[in-house]
Amino acid sequence: MSTLETASAATSATAEKREVVNDFSIQVATVNGSGSQTANLVLLRSLFQMGIPVSGKNLFPSNIAGLPTWYTIRTNKRGYIGRKKEIDFLVAMNPETAQEDVLNLEPGAAVVYDEPLKLNELRSDLFFYPCPFDELVKPLAPNPKLRKLVKNMLYDGVLAHLLGIEMEEIRHALYKQFSTKPKAAELNWNAAQASFEWAKENVPKIDPYRVERMNENQGKIIIEGNSAAALGCVFAGVTVVTWYPITPSSSLAENLGDYARRFRMDPETGKATFAIVQAEDELASIGMAIGAGWAGARSMTTTAGPGISLMSEFVGLGYFAEIPVVLFDVQRMGPSTGLPTRTSQGDLLSAATLSHGDTRHPLLIPSTPSEAFDMAGQAFDLAEELQTPVFVLLDLDLGMNYWMSDKFEYPEKPLDRGKVLTKEDLDRVGSFARYADVDGDGVPYRTLPGTQHSKAAYFTRGTGHTPRATYSEREDDWTQNMDRLLRKFETARSKMPQPEIVMTEGAKIGLVGCGTSHFALEESRDQLEREYDIKTSYYRTRGYPFSAKIEEFVAAHDRVYIVDQNRDGQLRQLMRLDYPDLPSEKLRSIRYYGGMPLDARTVTDELIKQEGL
Amino acid sequence: MSATVARKGKENSLGLPVLDYRGAKTTLCAGCGHNSISERIIECFWEMGVDQTQVIKMSGIGCSSKSPAYFLSMSHGFNSVHGRMPSVATGALLANGTLKALGVTGDGDTASIGIGQFVHLMRRNVPMVYIIEDNGCYGLTKGQFSATADIGSTLKSGIVNDLEPIDTCALAIELGATYVARSFSGDKKQLQAVIKGAMSHKGTAMIDVISPCVTFNDHSGSTKSYEYVQDHREDLQQVGFVPFFEEIHLEDDPEPGEVRQVTLHDGSHLLLKKIEEDYDPNDRVRAISKLHEASQEGHLLTGVFYVETSKPSFLDLLNLAPTPLAHMPQSKLRPGKAALDEVMEELA
Repeated sequence: MSTLETASAATSATAEKREVVNDFSIQVATVNGSGSQTANLVLLRSLFQMGIPVSGKNLFPSNIAGLPTWYTIRTNKRGYIGRKKEIDFLVAMNPETAQEDVLNLEPGAAVVYDEPLKLNELRSDLFFYPCPFDELVKPLAPNPKLRKLVKNMLYDGVLAHLLGIEMEEIRHALYKQFSTKPKAAELNWNAAQASFEWAKENVPKIDPYRVERMNENQGKIIIEGNSAAALGCVFAGVTVVTWYPITPSSSLAENLGDYARRFRMDPETGKATFAIVQAEDELASIGMAIGAGWAGARSMTTTAGPGISLMSEFVGLGYFAEIPVVLFDVQRMGPSTGLPTRTSQGDLLSAATLSHGDTRHPLLIPSTPSEAFDMAGQAFDLAEELQTPVFVLLDLDLGMNYWMSDKFEYPEKPLDRGKVLTKEDLDRVGSFARYADVDGDGVPYRTLPGTQHSKAAYFTRGTGHTPRATYSEREDDWTQNMDRLLRKFETARSKMPQPEIVMTEGAKIGLVGCGTSHFALEESRDQLEREYDIKTSYYRTRGYPFSAKIEEFVAAHDRVYIVDQNRDGQLRQLMRLDYPDLPSEKLRSIRYYGGMPLDARTVTDELIKQEGL
Repeated sequence: MSATVARKGKENSLGLPVLDYRGAKTTLCAGCGHNSISERIIECFWEMGVDQTQVIKMSGIGCSSKSPAYFLSMSHGFNSVHGRMPSVATGALLANGTLKALGVTGDGDTASIGIGQFVHLMRRNVPMVYIIEDNGCYGLTKGQFSATADIGSTLKSGIVNDLEPIDTCALAIELGATYVARSFSGDKKQLQAVIKGAMSHKGTAMIDVISPCVTFNDHSGSTKSYEYVQDHREDLQQVGFVPFFEEIHLEDDPEPGEVRQVTLHDGSHLLLKKIEEDYDPNDRVRAISKLHEASQEGHLLTGVFYVETSKPSFLDLLNLAPTPLAHMPQSKLRPGKAALDEVMEELA
């Protein structure tokens, strides 16, 4: 069957020819390690430069090379940048998955594919574009190894022709990507140009999807959440970073290293104002971070679920001995090794109550890169103000995917180093009791090791202690200390970032979520209103403990749907732990735990089902 | 020899009495070897005129790890979690490398649960004194075997240990530690000299101190009892120590070649008076084989096995600014607005 014959079959299969502008998804199916990431990012960036709202999601295997990987790009003129489940435009480069990828498409989708795969024989209700990529790449790169990498760039040229992506933007994006490697840039640019010219001559446009320049991205940037958090740490004055590699958090520590080496070398001495240590395991990375926090550093570690489990005992010590430390947990799907390259909100409960005995830890939960940047700063302040471990919970979707974001605002608020008594303070007050609640907020005063004063020292321990930090097994010492720690947690509540609340007049239904659920929820609320005439209010918590406003929010609605990206409704459980008196008959749960970024349709469908509609 | 620094007066060079270097009353068993080690630590820090406020006392969990509460009351102490003191100490030194870290641990804390952190501490050459109070058993949980218990030794209940012990000294040398010694809690003179040498060393100074557990491991079937150790110990050399503020002179005027002098980082000297011919404390391979030989002969070798003063410490490798990170002002910690603008422009 020729291309044109396929096209006419597809056209007749579609009820009527319509045009879809700036509102579709592209999926590129390749083999992991084949260098497709460059071609995908150039596509993403070109669309971004054309002012069209866009998002990119990398669905990759836990593997370095050889297994299938998919990259999804969504353009949306209304600004929805959450995941869209349906694929409108497939680029099938991977022979292993091509058939299944094609069979999964909705009728009317378009397929660009490597000609030898003969995918057009599979269905007659799609728009097929066979491309002889191997033929096209031969004259471009004589070296077979290079040829393999450049081959991916060819689909960028074809898509530029088919979708109307401006070649000038492809060029701009490419040279930005390869800013330090002009030769590679040139090679790829030649490939993109060659395939664009070939497509212009040989591939008539038959599908309805295309892009059109907009002006929605003024003042915006494209960045991964991990990189945003890393930058936040550098501007928050982090001094000690101890970490252990684990997907999906490694790039946070690695990016932090890059930014720190760039911006945190002391201009006077040329030496580092930070220490970054890759530890031997998570037991050591948290141990070092706690030791550093104890001795006065702004210290942190980065990890994911399995690391959180390993860090449990140390975090309990940090809570009980009252040591500032920040933990970045980029959540992936658990339990156990789970799905290392899939996203989840599965660590909410374990992080909030990590370690044995009664413990509670503040969590900051960013939804966007700019929140990840801001919250990194807030986390260090909170940890030192409260003298306790503070978690920043990202997830793989936020951390490892590229997001459009507002530019970050420079933090003007001075660093808050908390209640630290210096030698001069001790000269004035005479002595101090490490765990005494002097100010009534549950937060005691501390001294740093090395303070040159005979009364500065105290003994830090995870065992029972008196306000003067001496060993005690007394019942009253123990309970008073535990009660003070609870008081401190209430102080934490007053310092948490405020929730985002959208109260809609006449809405009987409220939606509650956190983190990356935000993007699905924003879109789902519009779907509910547009398609079902259901008005909803929205409450997005930016952390734990919750604000007391959650009580008012629940009271103001008949039913409140709490959306979780985990099986057990952990956000819901955490709400009830924090506010046990919330009326349980009002609280409903929408849970998704398949490991893909949450999409609006999943939320909408489930809510409609539970509403009995 | 006059290597001892003990000032006969009541005050040290800082004008402080030894009493100021003591801590809370010990809660360990009467006669515990660990208490003797605490005494030596008190003497050494007092005699060397160390400013206690610049010392951090780090420990894990166990009888040994409780002991930092019993000495140097003017030093910050941290009784952390089981087997993981090395990471906490490393972190504290990252924050403030001007602190002098003294780690006290036990054989369970180091050789079992903490073996991983021990290995990496030695490998990194983190500048600290690391004392293992080694009694071959878990005292605080009533005497179970540890991984340094000798094969064939018995518990009070008669249970026989049938696993080879870990030799922490041989391991430390293998891993790159730069000051490795073994001593006995009952040998006041040697232990003092070894500790003082460790205090003057810039790098990981690891001392395994055999310290009999009077309650659970001081019976006839134990190879870490007072009696066994007294009968089986073999000194590699006589260890003397001369602090940097004292002139070296050797009281018994030994033949040249008999005494090896090792200059430590602060200008102090270790004087190793040889019993063993040709023992060179800078020879890593020789040190390890010496330990193996002694073990095969059933001897407990003590002394300073290995010293290397040229290897950079872990902190040296990090190229840190001179102001401790803990005291770095905001002006050094937060880059200016131009830096953020620059990144935002790149990402736009």
